[in-house]
Amino acid sequence: MIDLGKYAFAVVASYGVSLALLGGLIWQTVAANARARRALEDHEKGKKNG
Amino acid sequence: MSIWEYANPAKFMRTTDRLLPWVVGGAVLLSVTGVVWGFLTPDDFRQGSTVKIVFLHVPAAMMAINIWVMMLVASLIWIIRRHHVSALAAKAAAPIGAVMTLIALATGALWGQPMWGTWWEWDPRLTSFLILFLFYLGYIALWAAIDDPDSAADLTGVLCLVGSVFALLSRYAVLFWNQGLHQGASLSVQSGERMSHVYRYPLYTAMVGFGLLFLALLLIRTRTEIRRRRLAALQAREMRA
Amino acid sequence: MLALLTRDLRLAVRAGGGFGLGVAFFLILSALVPFGVGPDRAALAPVAPGILWVGALLACLLSLDRIFALDHEDGSLDLLATAPMPLEGAVAVKALAHWITTGLPLVLAAPLFGVLLQLPPVAMPWLVLSLLIGTPALSMLGAFGAALTVGLRRGGLLLSLLVLPLYIPTLIFGAEITRRGAEGAAIVTPLVFQAGITLAVLALIPFAAAAALRVNLR
Repeated sequence: MIDLGKYAFAVVASYGVSLALLGGLIWQTVAANARARRALEDHEKGKKNG
Repeated sequence: MSIWEYANPAKFMRTTDRLLPWVVGGAVLLSVTGVVWGFLTPDDFRQGSTVKIVFLHVPAAMMAINIWVMMLVASLIWIIRRHHVSALAAKAAAPIGAVMTLIALATGALWGQPMWGTWWEWDPRLTSFLILFLFYLGYIALWAAIDDPDSAADLTGVLCLVGSVFALLSRYAVLFWNQGLHQGASLSVQSGERMSHVYRYPLYTAMVGFGLLFLALLLIRTRTEIRRRRLAALQAREMRA
Repeated sequence: MLALLTRDLRLAVRAGGGFGLGVAFFLILSALVPFGVGPDRAALAPVAPGILWVGALLACLLSLDRIFALDHEDGSLDLLATAPMPLEGAVAVKALAHWITTGLPLVLAAPLFGVLLQLPPVAMPWLVLSLLIGTPALSMLGAFGAALTVGLRRGGLLLSLLVLPLYIPTLIFGAEITRRGAEGAAIVTPLVFQAGITLAVLALIPFAAAAALRVNLR
């Protein structure tokens, strides 16, 4: 573990906040994309069957 | 062969389908490398370990501005040439830009606390970013509020145009209002050796990485929007049939 | 154009509230601030220019959604759009009517509120002048925001989110003029900037607002 000295809180919190925000954005993006793709596929499949 | 071919949603979907793995791969590789490399850099003799924050703060701030410019260009393309993909790309970019602005503000606050002794200062750069964040919020809210997609694209396009002018105007008005604490640009071509190599290379890597990350997210989000539009169009057609 | 202006003014007067509401809001705000800040002259005087300007901004915001909403509901906006007069002109006239009913009363009443907030007397002319120069831009930008949100059911809140960031430059220079006036410093630079912003807004925003209206009337 590297020594962050007296500014450890600022550095760790910055990385934590940024990665959390980016992670949330990526998760939301991927989830929304999967949802849209599934909805579209379901719709097109349903049309062929019905 | 012209660039406008990619304005065809089907062509856009096919091309991005092939392109996306490479962009995602590059984005993951470079942003992870840049950020981890940045985290492992030695402490600065004045700023101590807080110098590590720069590898998140500067790329995020750079992207926050660049994404707004990209939205402006995309809005202009929509308004002038009426390519739907362009409008959807502008819509897809806005939340990414808002998150980047938020990261720049948050890391800036966390960095400012030990360095300047305050979380927040009404410094021109900080204030301008807060204003930019407000513009992102207004843009996203307007997209969300309007049902008809073409009207929404038109109105948000006009808002983006006017907003760009006022964001720039606010930037200089704020400069007039209060001279600040924030240092000038850390990287500039003229001043050359302002920053040591130890920090410069990981910073460049992180900047390119964030750019690719934005591109990857933008492509995925635009594809999401295209699929949603297609689904809505299919459902509307069946309702009529 | 003159007919449209007199019609809008007459409607505002007859419907009531048009003239009075903004000023009444401004009065309440000026009365509330000392409760929050404390009655001390030394505490009130430095913040007075800012409070007065923010108050003017908010008072102006109150009546913005009325610029187009009523005309949109009863269909007269469609008539205006098809009238021989360019829509840009109609937008400008409507913004002017809004300014006469809310901006102008604020300008005239501002010295009174300045007294309430212990603004130094030397700053009064500058407060009035800065409001006189700045408020037309507020009305015009407000008309743009109202044009963007005219078709929406709950546009009011969105309108403030869209319009308030656009008010920032006007607010900065307006408060700066008043503050410098109070300190007896040179006021030419912010005054020129303020006038420049207002003129540019008056010249260009009608086109953006008319474009937004056309989209909403489609």
